[in-house]
Amino acid sequence: MPEYKLKINGKSHTVNVDEDTPLLWVLRDELNLLGTKFGCGIGQCGACTVHFEGAAVRSCLLQVSTIKDSKITTIEGLSEDGDHPLQKAWLEHDVPQCGYCQSGQIMNAAALLKEKPKPTDADIDSAMNGNICRCGTYIRIKQAIKTASNQ
Amino acid sequence: MTKIKTQYNRRSFLKVSAAAGGGMLIGFSWLTGCVTSNKKDDVIAIPNEWFEINGYIKIGDTGLVTIYSPNPEIGQNVKTSMPMIVAEELDVDWNHVIVEQGALNEDAFKNPQFAGGSLSIKRGWHPLRMAGATGRRMLMEAAAKEWNVDVEGLTVTKGIIKEIDGERSISYGEIASKAVGIEIPEEVELKDVKNFQLIGTSQKNVEGKNIVTGKPLFGIDFKREGMKLAMIEHPPAFGMKVKAFNEDEIKAMPGIYDAFIVDTAIPGPGWSDEKGFLQLVAIVGDSTWKLMKAKKALKTNWEVVGELENSEMHSKRMEEALASSELRESRKDGDPESAFKKASKVIERTYSSPFLPHNTMEPMNFFAHVTDTSAELVGPTQTPKALEDSVSKLLNLPIEAITVDMTRIGGGFGRRLYVHFGVEAAAISKKIGAPVKLIYTREDDMTQGTYRPAYLATYKAGLDENNSLIAFSIKGTGLPENPVFENRFPAGTVDNYLAEKISTKTNITTGAWRAPRSHFTAAAEQSFLDEVAELAGKDPIEFRLELFDKAENNPVGENNDYDPKRYAGVLKLVKEKCNWGVETPGIYRGVAAYYCHSSYVAEVIDIAMESNKPKVKKVWCAVDCGIVINRDAAKNMVEGGVVDGIGHAMYSQLTFNDGAPEQNNFNTYRLMRHSQAPEAIEVFFVENDIDPTGLGEPGLPPAIGALANALYKATGERLYHQPFVSYKSVIG
Repeated sequence: MPEYKLKINGKSHTVNVDEDTPLLWVLRDELNLLGTKFGCGIGQCGACTVHFEGAAVRSCLLQVSTIKDSKITTIEGLSEDGDHPLQKAWLEHDVPQCGYCQSGQIMNAAALLKEKPKPTDADIDSAMNGNICRCGTYIRIKQAIKTASNQ
Repeated sequence: MTKIKTQYNRRSFLKVSAAAGGGMLIGFSWLTGCVTSNKKDDVIAIPNEWFEINGYIKIGDTGLVTIYSPNPEIGQNVKTSMPMIVAEELDVDWNHVIVEQGALNEDAFKNPQFAGGSLSIKRGWHPLRMAGATGRRMLMEAAAKEWNVDVEGLTVTKGIIKEIDGERSISYGEIASKAVGIEIPEEVELKDVKNFQLIGTSQKNVEGKNIVTGKPLFGIDFKREGMKLAMIEHPPAFGMKVKAFNEDEIKAMPGIYDAFIVDTAIPGPGWSDEKGFLQLVAIVGDSTWKLMKAKKALKTNWEVVGELENSEMHSKRMEEALASSELRESRKDGDPESAFKKASKVIERTYSSPFLPHNTMEPMNFFAHVTDTSAELVGPTQTPKALEDSVSKLLNLPIEAITVDMTRIGGGFGRRLYVHFGVEAAAISKKIGAPVKLIYTREDDMTQGTYRPAYLATYKAGLDENNSLIAFSIKGTGLPENPVFENRFPAGTVDNYLAEKISTKTNITTGAWRAPRSHFTAAAEQSFLDEVAELAGKDPIEFRLELFDKAENNPVGENNDYDPKRYAGVLKLVKEKCNWGVETPGIYRGVAAYYCHSSYVAEVIDIAMESNKPKVKKVWCAVDCGIVINRDAAKNMVEGGVVDGIGHAMYSQLTFNDGAPEQNNFNTYRLMRHSQAPEAIEVFFVENDIDPTGLGEPGLPPAIGALANALYKATGERLYHQPFVSYKSVIG
């Protein structure tokens, strides 16, 4: 199996996996970075969202061989001590119910705020529409994004 | 104060902590709780020694308290609210509490460890209070013995025991070692509800920090040294069975350890056991991706062993059932037949809803390690006890040889009341002789069955010349269960009433789906009553309140399954809060109220038409669930129920062709998304001292009725069949 050197959360990792292996399974099976979740495997639910050079991507569709030197950030690397403004806002609004989709929601929202520090409701709807929350915490997610954007 | 018998014995205190050591690489080892997530300046040191006070409570020598949460956590937030009840009676500072998931031990917890039917808080209320009060009493007795004073001369506040008429005080941490030796009291006093300090406040989710930082809390995250991974392939259609597959080819694929057909049938299956796909292709390997590739390479010979059903057939069968003479009368008051003949206005409407999968975001998965003499299971289950029983039957091992540990659960909605995925993991582990984690793909999950049944029901009402409701009938069927609750509202409010029901045959497997049957009946009945009120020329809330008046003052029949006063109470509260009757230009309103799972909820939905599409602007909810434990979390639960109800009623359906579901992932199956969610939801509680009841389900059913009624106001079209997006007037 080919060897890949990956830059994830500021650290270098070497993995031996098939070239078509999605980043999601490299993170979960090889690197024990389990915060990135498997939801659908076809880029429709957003549970596996990570940052690829700062942009939100679905790691279930990102083949390891295409990553090369690009910097990857997962929920584990979003902040030093869970103190990203979005993580704090998520706690303030007590957003999660089951919590399974929330790391994907937060990563997606973090990419949105980087691009648009003061998003409108329509910006949030449009950026977040690919992230399903089956428990229905959408309203609290929106409130938390707004709270974080005002910090 | 209430005195209660404690029902404890020393034996039952043994071993309740989850087996979190034992080689688990990652998992439950984070300090879950209030200590880490709350005020940092108030942190107390990690104890050197812990003392088990009883099955729920462990107190450290520094005063840190561990409370075990007994029930599965599926997102209903019992891991916070159940320990809050214990902490209230124990009388400790919530900031000094750590919460841990308890292992399966119903004898120790004196409480069914089950997440379903909105029952955790309702059933747990007494056992949890008893545990806290017993602990408090034992700590006080230990202090009394230490000081050689009467225990009645002592008082407790937030973990500090004081002499009422003296100077001395001692903390729980300091006296805990002595409390262990105190005889368990036969009777303890509970706090007066008026004196609650913690219950009724808003406390943050104890797992909040772990969730937002991506800690591996879920079953799918579980790992164990030497563990293999497994995936299954079940038949593509109901009515099919696996015969053979390209075993040699699959086994020869890189990274594949084994492949075989596994039989998961057990003797004497119960309600939570699988009834459809009992024989499966199982593939075992070391990497999820390689297993997925092997699944794609499968060439399976499926044998047709039953009818291959389709959606058209399903609708026809239910229509025939409703028209048949086989309908069973389940309640009759007065003489409905003559009353309908006498009525000056009669209205009859038929409602339906489709099959739905649960679609928990975390797909089904389970870890199993089976040896000749034991079985260890770890994973997301709403029914650990049922899983233990089924694995015992599968492996022919005694119950004592089996352990089930509960992980956090990435959504339940009823799906994980069914234990087949745990049983399958055990069967695979037994076959390969190694620990294994079974994972479903989304497609496996969505096409496996265990669906919400499809329903069809016809409602009929008769009004007299004064527009009073004089006759009401309902007849209902479903695939396979019927949706009729004959003793629920409006039974008891109408002199002439008839309920009839019948089951319709199907080989599609079904199961409980959040607020089983209630989601359908609330939608149908509450839409129908809206139309009846309109026919009567009455305001929909006033019309309902008149009926509740009758049920309270002059009820028909004796077996009416609701309290009309509490029912009317939530309607009155929502009416007041939303300013019902005050028109806002461009806003269309619908109302509904429903009682199920022991809680009462009334909801008003405000819709606006934006670019010809209906948009839910605001939802007003009034809830009577008795005493509210964790206020903001309770609101979150109701909000989730509302979104769930609206989302599924608007967008979701599972259709069938040749026995196979036609949707298998989120590209073809629609779930509500961010932009379609209500813009705001407000939740108000009726304040009372009634013992608490659950909220996992009751928020959902009325949302569908209120939505249908608001959509009618917005579009002019009555909606009878879910999903509503299939109507031309409702472009979504």
